[in-house]
Amino acid sequence: MKYMMFIVADPDAAAEAQPMEEELTIEEWLDDVEGRGKRLDGDRLRPVSDATTVRFSRGKLLVTDGPFTESKEWIAGFDILECDNLDEAIAIAARHPQANGGKLEIRPFWTDED
Amino acid sequence: MTSQTAGATAEAVASAVASERTAMVASLIRLTGDWDLAEDCVQDAAERALVRWPRDGMPRSPAAWLTTVARNRALDVLRRRRSERAKLQERAILDAKGAGEVHRRQSGADDRLRLVFTCCHPALALEGQVALTLKVVAGLSTAEIARAFLVSEATMSQRLLRTKRKISNAGIPYRVPPDDLLAPRTSGVLAVLYLIFNAGYGQPDGALAVEALRLARLVVELMPREDEAHGLLALITLQLSRRSTRFDDHGDLVPMEEQDRSRWDATLIESGQTQLRRAALSGLPAGAYQLQARIAAFHATAPRAEETPWEAIVGGLYDALLLALPSPVVGLNRAVAVGFRDGYESGLAALAALDAAGLAGYYLLPAARADFLRRLGRNDEARRAYQAALHLSRAGEPEWRLLQRRLTEL
Repeated sequence: MKYMMFIVADPDAAAEAQPMEEELTIEEWLDDVEGRGKRLDGDRLRPVSDATTVRFSRGKLLVTDGPFTESKEWIAGFDILECDNLDEAIAIAARHPQANGGKLEIRPFWTDED
Repeated sequence: MTSQTAGATAEAVASAVASERTAMVASLIRLTGDWDLAEDCVQDAAERALVRWPRDGMPRSPAAWLTTVARNRALDVLRRRRSERAKLQERAILDAKGAGEVHRRQSGADDRLRLVFTCCHPALALEGQVALTLKVVAGLSTAEIARAFLVSEATMSQRLLRTKRKISNAGIPYRVPPDDLLAPRTSGVLAVLYLIFNAGYGQPDGALAVEALRLARLVVELMPREDEAHGLLALITLQLSRRSTRFDDHGDLVPMEEQDRSRWDATLIESGQTQLRRAALSGLPAGAYQLQARIAAFHATAPRAEETPWEAIVGGLYDALLLALPSPVVGLNRAVAVGFRDGYESGLAALAALDAAGLAGYYLLPAARADFLRRLGRNDEARRAYQAALHLSRAGEPEWRLLQRRLTEL
């Protein structure tokens, strides 16, 4: 199954972070996941201060600065994973350095069957 | 089909169907991945059995009969669907039949365990885990589950649908977790069962509590080497032994010290103690359910409330429980036990020393204070504490009525 994994920056999660044994660096995580052919794509994203929101409001195009929510969380990057099942995706997410200090959201892609 | 006895009784048929149902649903889900199809086809086979068996007699193997009828029904449905996915599902059922995979005891146990772990997967919302376990593992109807959780049948039906959809859409695997995940996932399963138990235990009819007992027995049967599964079964069994005395004829709560101990269920107490001995066989340190069950066993076996062994309960068990399960509620229960061991003044001091922030909004903290103050004859303070507790509990509920009664009696 194909999953999108969002890397989410979250001040609350950062406050709860604790030093952990066997924490991987992002390079080690990438080596592991790519070595096993589990990562199809992925990248970092610039922060919300560089974001632009686009939408139509009552028929008129509205272009504004920043994100459209008040949330303190923001998406800092993404990885597209190919996994056998959700448990495998959870295990990959749990080893990502941002799991401690940020958080990861795993979303399955729509498939043709749906 | 061979008949052992012509005209089986309706109860015998119902009980044979009930004991095979979960394993059949579990194996059809494994073969097809389609939860609704599995439930519908097994329901259909069960209904046919309820008509046929009383008339023609029980088949030699009720399990094989039901499995065949349910699978044939599934094949009929899948053939009509004509999709690629349905063809694969059909193939899986035919292969299973071809391989002579009937309903053997071992594969039945594996399938049921897969089912239990999948229903309690941590990626599902907790209320969805609870509902799905009751529906698919325990075999309750949507209407029964809705009633137990005081929501409409439509709401519960939606909740079940959402939960099943997430399993398939998110790719939650239908399996017993591998060794590295087994411990946390097993705790998750036990937590769901204990939640079901507590949802039922607070109500006078307590139907869900009995359902939790059945589920805990099933989990112990499927995972006989899990100490904490035995511990949870012991805890549920011991607490249920007091079931008939916890509420009076008006549905009002009766505190433990006022319960008629001669009416406690001696068979359940004995069975709970047997489970506890079984849980301790491995010699590993006792987990939270075992410790709570040992506390429940001391209460269940004290001949009179005044003879409760508070020193063993506090020093031997609550201190260990607080380490195994460092929760504010465990701390509160320990403080109450301290009050009965060392005197009510000490109880008040122990309550005052608790982390109040962790218990904010929880009625049992002022209720415990009120109880000690009442016993000390400090009525004005007790009254204020009862009022605070009433304020935090749901008006009209059994706990609320007990607090109200105490306040009036002051």
